Amino acid sequence: MSTRLAKSDTTTLLSAETRTAIDRWLAKYPPDHKQSAVMGALSIVQAANGGWLTTELMDAVADYLAMPPIAVYEVATFYSMYELQPVGRHKICVCTNVSCMLCGSEDIVAHLETKIGVKLGETTADNKFTLKEVECLGACGGAPMMQIGREYHENLTPTKVDEILAKLE
Amino acid sequence: MATIEIDGKPYQAQPGQMLIEVADANGINIPRFCYHKKLSIAANCRMCLVEVEKAPKPMPACATPVMDGMKVWTRSAKALTAQQAVMEFLLINHPLDCPICDQGGECELQDVAVGYGKDVSRYHEGKRVVIDKNLGPLIATEMTRCIHCTRCVRFSQEITGIQEMGAPGRGEHTYIGTYIEKNIASELSGNMIDLCPVGALTSKPFRFAARAWEIQQHDTIAPHDSLGSNLHLHIYRNQIMRVAPKENEAINEVWISDRDRFSYQGLTAEDRLTVPLIKIGETWQATSWEKALAFVKEGLKKVISAHGNQAVGALASPTATVEELYLLQKLMRGIGSHNIDHRLRQVDFSDQNAAPLFPYLGQAIADLEHCGTALIIGSHLRKEQPLLNHRLRKASLRGAKIILINPIDYEFNLPIATKIIAPPAAWLNHLAGIAKALLENRSSLIPHSVEALLATVSPDAQQRALAQTLRTGNKRTVLLGNLATAHPQFSVVRALAAIIAKLSGATLGYLGEANNTAGAWLAGAIPHRGAAGNPIAAAGLDAYTMLTQGMKSYILLGLEPELDSCSGTAALKHLQQADFVVSLTAYRTATIENYADVMLPISLFAETSGTYINVVGNWQSFKGAIQPRGDIRPAWKILRVLGNLFNLDGFEYTASDQICDELRQQVGNKIIGNKTAWQIPTHLELNSTSGLQRITEMPIYSVDALVRRAIALQHTLDATQVTGIHINTQVATQLGLTANNPVIVKQNGAVINLPVVIDERVPDEAVLIYAGQVAQIELGAWHDQIELTATC
Ligand code: SF4
Ligand code: FES
Ligand code: FES
Repeated sequence: MSTRLAKSDTTTLLSAETRTAIDRWLAKYPPDHKQSAVMGALSIVQAANGGWLTTELMDAVADYLAMPPIAVYEVATFYSMYELQPVGRHKICVCTNVSCMLCGSEDIVAHLETKIGVKLGETTADNKFTLKEVECLGACGGAPMMQIGREYHENLTPTKVDEILAKLE
Repeated sequence: MATIEIDGKPYQAQPGQMLIEVADANGINIPRFCYHKKLSIAANCRMCLVEVEKAPKPMPACATPVMDGMKVWTRSAKALTAQQAVMEFLLINHPLDCPICDQGGECELQDVAVGYGKDVSRYHEGKRVVIDKNLGPLIATEMTRCIHCTRCVRFSQEITGIQEMGAPGRGEHTYIGTYIEKNIASELSGNMIDLCPVGALTSKPFRFAARAWEIQQHDTIAPHDSLGSNLHLHIYRNQIMRVAPKENEAINEVWISDRDRFSYQGLTAEDRLTVPLIKIGETWQATSWEKALAFVKEGLKKVISAHGNQAVGALASPTATVEELYLLQKLMRGIGSHNIDHRLRQVDFSDQNAAPLFPYLGQAIADLEHCGTALIIGSHLRKEQPLLNHRLRKASLRGAKIILINPIDYEFNLPIATKIIAPPAAWLNHLAGIAKALLENRSSLIPHSVEALLATVSPDAQQRALAQTLRTGNKRTVLLGNLATAHPQFSVVRALAAIIAKLSGATLGYLGEANNTAGAWLAGAIPHRGAAGNPIAAAGLDAYTMLTQGMKSYILLGLEPELDSCSGTAALKHLQQADFVVSLTAYRTATIENYADVMLPISLFAETSGTYINVVGNWQSFKGAIQPRGDIRPAWKILRVLGNLFNLDGFEYTASDQICDELRQQVGNKIIGNKTAWQIPTHLELNSTSGLQRITEMPIYSVDALVRRAIALQHTLDATQVTGIHINTQVATQLGLTANNPVIVKQNGAVINLPVVIDERVPDEAVLIYAGQVAQIELGAWHDQIELTATC
């Protein structure tokens, strides 16, 4: 906002731990290139907020990194790892890009959809799973694949998917 | 120099220039969408592909630097195939809704598609649809038409300086917008309308009002800021449909401010006066011009015979033309009174005899771009003079240090090196401190009186730091803004600013106020000098004295003194008490009805011919572009007839340029320049004030009667946040006040209720109240002690 009456106060939205974590990223870049830390900062803030970003949190990141808020929104909407809506406890990201598709990702998606009972882009009613379609995650050698949390699961079959899901709380 | 060949002909080019620049300079047409000469190069639309010798693929002309001996073909088979292919891709998602698109007929996409597109689309799949955005009252959007050239995004980032537009999303889901619902707040936002090559961003007030091919274009000069931006008026059926910039690199480059673009709406305001009115007893009667002017003559004669010619005073708006102001002063001086002024927002006139010929920027407008250090004293520059601010922004991007002394911590769109934020009452101390800090480093050739003046001053660390910054950089300038001119001790501010400029080797300049402030000085609409700055025997009364001490009779030209002057309450009181008030006005308001005896309807901007002189002394004349409604007449004709009625010599003009020529001859080649001789005040009264101080700012969309009636502008953020009483959290807590609740405001005997606005830009011990607002008139003077008490 270019006619704002108050300087925004990020400290209330970003906890001390969050800020320390962002500072570690900031230390990697020259002081006049704070915006270089935006991806790291968004991941940290998202993790601290149960897996998704609110506009207020993105604004706080913008202020913390001295960026225009719209530049932060651009980053957050560009990458599929940032969530702008609440997600379930486990975010299942299934790759449907070309290698995975050739190796049967459509079956994996169909299986997942029947198994947990929601469509791509939806979250289960008990808030346990969010199912998400993503582009190539760079694991084509193990196609078809999916990512849950920070783990990659490769060479998927319906049975293997069941086993993986069974282990999740 | 490099020699390159385009389409078989040799051309000279500067090394590092892009191909498209060379082509443009030589009138060779290369189609383009994303390239714009004032923006960075994005090279994302690919429309400008050309064939380059030895390059395997076509190259984008906007991003290919020239090299000596390069051979380029812009219309070879290879180039054309590439251009046609790009065109086909660009049209895939475009709705092709030209018949219902405002841009139709003046659309770059349409034009290029005619040249490079196919007759029939081969694309049968579904097109993407983009949800529309609401960008506020000025810009209409139809985002499905957007071709993602990112000109608007780059404009927002690079020119407005505070990025608001962006391109969220990815791939097919990318869209242009603000992501959150928000009004674009930049004072230059309207330029995006011109930049957008398609109909995605168009003018909201213009929406569906006319077609491009029905419109006639006339040129004129902008009627608000001190720059005098060059404008194109787009006219349909004798009405201004919209306003666009006319390129003038030395003044406005290719931009104009939103105020200059949208203020035309005020021309057709509901309260526009279209017939002469006279007050008989207590009723207003429409009448003929003859009767009205005879009535004026009689009224004035009566006052003069009863109270003498010194009982008459004239006040004029600095937005009036040179011709109008010149005739007004000629009339006044003809009837024997020097009581004429246009400086309605000034209080301290004590050093007016030492003032320059007119408040001059001190340098060319473009020079601001190349300054190394600039000290700005008292200016909300972004909003006062948006395009001067843009020049300084360019300087700061080149590394210039911008230093501020301001009453409010305004948000600037450029980096500020150091700043002092303090209520005006504290400025003298700061300025004296800075001067002293500079003095300590300079011993030779300083008049003793300067040293004596500053003898007791001891600068603090902040003032020293500021002085230190001012000493760096090779081209320096000290600039006085409107908040400085309005300072209750302006003469001292000016003297100290001049001393600071001298000591730091800086150019002293005035940022200027209205579009014709310089013209008003030169035309003689000042009490202490005649036309062309010629000396007169004894000065008449200044605006402040006329409004605060009262006159028997007033002649007002284009003014609503209660809103336009810095002493609204006093003005109202004395206008009401006066025996005879003539208002040459474009508008009829209840307030004017209340105090005036005659209302004469005058032409405004675009309705009359005339001349404005800008802050660097450019005389810019223009012709009337539209016929005003009803019985409205240009003020210069009215004043001419009044001159005749008073049997004065030299009122035989038949055209406005005769008046301008007459003045030009008198001005001759007088040298413009801000006095460089030392002007040293005899003593410094460094006051320490206590208690809450009122700070007043004239907001961007309230500066004159025309813009106050421009509806779209009145709905922008800048216009809507000017209500209430602005204080910071600390002051609010101290006084137990909370946001949005009414507070009792006491100033100089007046008591009113205003809502509290928490505004952290306001310093401690101060209150910000905006001028030009009806609700605030009663409070009176702009600078005063003020008291706040919680209600309940
Ligand atoms: S809105 Fe217009 S200027 Fe902005 S990216 Fe789209 S086409 Fe370009
Ligand atoms: S395509 Fe699925 S990981 Fe690369
Ligand atoms: S104009 Fe060259 S790529 Fe757009």
